[in-house]
Amino acid sequence: MNEIYAWAAIGLIILASTTGDVLLSYSMKRVGHVGELWKRRGALAVIGRVLATPTFALGLTAMGIAFYSLLFGLSWGNLSLVVPASASLTFVANAVAARIFLHERVGRRRWIAALLVAGGVVLMAI
Amino acid sequence: MTFRKYLVLAGITVFSTAGDSLLARGMKDLGGFSLHNLSGLLLAILNPWVTAGIILLLAFFACYMSALSWADLTYVLPATSLGYVLVALVAHFGFHEVISLTRWLGIALIAAGVGSVAAGPSLTPSHQRQDSRDLSRDTVSQEVKL
Repeated sequence: MNEIYAWAAIGLIILASTTGDVLLSYSMKRVGHVGELWKRRGALAVIGRVLATPTFALGLTAMGIAFYSLLFGLSWGNLSLVVPASASLTFVANAVAARIFLHERVGRRRWIAALLVAGGVVLMAI
Repeated sequence: MTFRKYLVLAGITVFSTAGDSLLARGMKDLGGFSLHNLSGLLLAILNPWVTAGIILLLAFFACYMSALSWADLTYVLPATSLGYVLVALVAHFGFHEVISLTRWLGIALIAAGVGSVAAGPSLTPSHQRQDSRDLSRDTVSQEVKL
């Protein structure tokens, strides 16, 4: 029974963290280069501009869901199952989502990287 | 890519790994949770290991947001996986733990993946950003044109 809970948590982690990553990446692209903004207008302007981006709050909520799913998952399943399984599948899910929703050019180089990293994460957990 | 940007990417790797490790350590103290014991999950924040882990994860988040403001998601993400490599290397050379062949193979795959992405451009032009007039003056868009 605990195994089903663990996999349910893994599924939720992947879904929530991919949604969160896409929303946060979208928000930060709208905010613009943080370092440059910091230099020109100061730290408060950066924080204000980030918080004023509505998709940032949504992304943060999704990341919060992913975080608590991870805590649930870690309490039900082994660290060596939950972390690599969710991390490796999240890499692949993110590459797909970044291409569809963020219109990033995920070329051959980045597909191979996503698969290599996902495979590597699994191998390290065995 | 400037030195400062590599520093931010290194921050993502180090802070996320250290934060996750501390969280895992804290969760071991607390034992299992069930759906009937949700208050226990909220109280988990009071455990010192969990608190320290959350502080480091906040530092990770600041670095992560900074990186996402000037680089693609698919460029930044592989940097987070370098943490697994870091932990294994510290375990091997710092604590003289034995690392199995499959783990070395995993390290090689992750390193190859990260290297493959790092060799490419950090930001690819998107249709959205090209069309958006208010963003055309931003430094990010200028970097795309370069």
